[in-house]
Amino acid sequence: MKRVALLFALLSLLAPSLAPASGGVTLLNVSYDPTRELYRDVNAAFAAQWKAQHAAAITIRMSHDGSGKQARAIADGLPGDVATLALAYDLDTLADRGLIAKNWQQRLPDNSSPYTSTIVFLVRKGNPKKIRDWSDLIRPGVQVITPNPKTSGGARWNFLAAWGYALKQPGGNETKARAFVKALYQHVPVLDTGARGATNTFVQRDMGDVLLAWENEALLAQRELGKGRFEIVVPSLSILAEPPVTVIDKNVDKHGTRAVAEAYLKFLYSPQGQELAAKNFYRPRSPQAMAKYAAQFPKVKTFTIRDVFGDWRQVHAKFFADGGIFDQIGPGG
Amino acid sequence: MRRRVLPGFGLSLGLTLSYLGLIVLLPLAALAWKASDAGAGTWLHLFSSARVIAALRLSFGGALIAALLDALAGLLVAWVLVRYRFPGRRLLDAFIDLPFAMPTAVAGIALTALYAPNGWLGGWLALAGIRVAYAPQGVLVAMAFVGFPFVVRTLQPVLENLDREIEEAAESLGARRWQTFTRVLLPTLAPALLTGFALALARAAGEYGSVIFIAGNIPMRSEIAPLLIVQKLEQFDYAGAAALAVIMLGFSFVLLILISHLQRWSGRWAELPA
Repeated sequence: MKRVALLFALLSLLAPSLAPASGGVTLLNVSYDPTRELYRDVNAAFAAQWKAQHAAAITIRMSHDGSGKQARAIADGLPGDVATLALAYDLDTLADRGLIAKNWQQRLPDNSSPYTSTIVFLVRKGNPKKIRDWSDLIRPGVQVITPNPKTSGGARWNFLAAWGYALKQPGGNETKARAFVKALYQHVPVLDTGARGATNTFVQRDMGDVLLAWENEALLAQRELGKGRFEIVVPSLSILAEPPVTVIDKNVDKHGTRAVAEAYLKFLYSPQGQELAAKNFYRPRSPQAMAKYAAQFPKVKTFTIRDVFGDWRQVHAKFFADGGIFDQIGPGG
Repeated sequence: MRRRVLPGFGLSLGLTLSYLGLIVLLPLAALAWKASDAGAGTWLHLFSSARVIAALRLSFGGALIAALLDALAGLLVAWVLVRYRFPGRRLLDAFIDLPFAMPTAVAGIALTALYAPNGWLGGWLALAGIRVAYAPQGVLVAMAFVGFPFVVRTLQPVLENLDREIEEAAESLGARRWQTFTRVLLPTLAPALLTGFALALARAAGEYGSVIFIAGNIPMRSEIAPLLIVQKLEQFDYAGAAALAVIMLGFSFVLLILISHLQRWSGRWAELPA
């Protein structure tokens, strides 16, 4: 009997952490991996602002994982109020399933991406292999670390950045882009399943000469690991990565949290939100915030998905679906 | 009705069936149901894709080799733990279960750190020109790691019940050491050894968490079948993922049936006069 009583005592200790916080509103933000630090800052600032304006407490919970996995979790019933993911494609799949409105990308400014990033190279101290641009990645003896685009959202940006670079060179065309990207993946010794895994392989296991990474991840890795060990190389041309945000219509209507969820996303576009994005190494949309953090973000020429590829559905069908171009030219393929 | 020694047959059978149904059969049924969404094209594609075949070969071929290594090493370790008394034996015995308790991701990261070209062991192996991490060999190491406790733990109780006098009798009847081992000990141990082997094999074939960290995951070379399942899920291809899972289960099932036949055969062998 004592043991049973003890068990119940333990369970009752656990219970409060499972039950929703009493009093005030609770929002669940379903996000991807590298936004942990960003949303820690954003949530604190937004909660303070909300409290000042509405005299009501607000709790924001976070869920982080790979972007595709998070979209699947929402589709399978994770009751998130807002989604802040890595790829518009992941949100398109939710729109297909009727969880968010079809026109979700037009509801907020800048294609519903309050901040952007780009793909840069992280190389070892002193840049021993003299890597300056994409074309250096396929030189003999250079090993490139990038995760598998079939399992990692970040890796899809890497793939498309390389493709777009080759396409936009003088005399570039589809055939040449295909040959370049094929050669690039011949230089990849390890295909991790996620972006953080690839960063670990490069940083902790000393594998490879260059890591293709989100700029925000590269800057974060440099800060966390000390400036001395790695250098960031900005290529001549890269892709503008636009991580999208949206309210999840079906869930906010059920929870009655639409107003606060929309205010939360609008906060990301406010001067304060933009500055927090910049502080956490995401490129802000607002010119003022960008000017303030200009030293941190080197000038880079970028192209967007729309410039080169159309939309994400086309991209997915052409490159990453089973039997698509990545399967045809990928390592071992 | 015939009286049984223990009462409550109806109740215990009911509980058995409902527990088995809830924990084992229901998820399997859900899997089969999802897989039934897959059309003939999907199945044909799975069976004819070189990449799927390479992945299945690595998962099952690797698991066979890993389980064999585990069986050999496990037999020795179980023997030492049961037959010899030495300081630290109990501690060593407790270590055997660690692969069970450790989260597989932690195991994978630890093994990778150890065997990577800049790791303790990997550095020396690299000098000898041997690659383990980020190669198919790494898959074997992770599979052997997760399967090892099964062999030791199934052999230990059998070894403990094995009378030393049998060996002494064999010796006094003129058997050589090798003969005692192959004709007297091995037949008695064979069923338990096969059970351990089968469990290690099944575990290794389905292993995902620890393997993906060390494998390198290059298609056609070091990509395991469970990773292909995850890739299909990432593309919302639930039916394709379930179909591949059903193929893996089918393979495992056939292997396990073969092993249980082998076990029965070895059980008879034990009773035959040597």
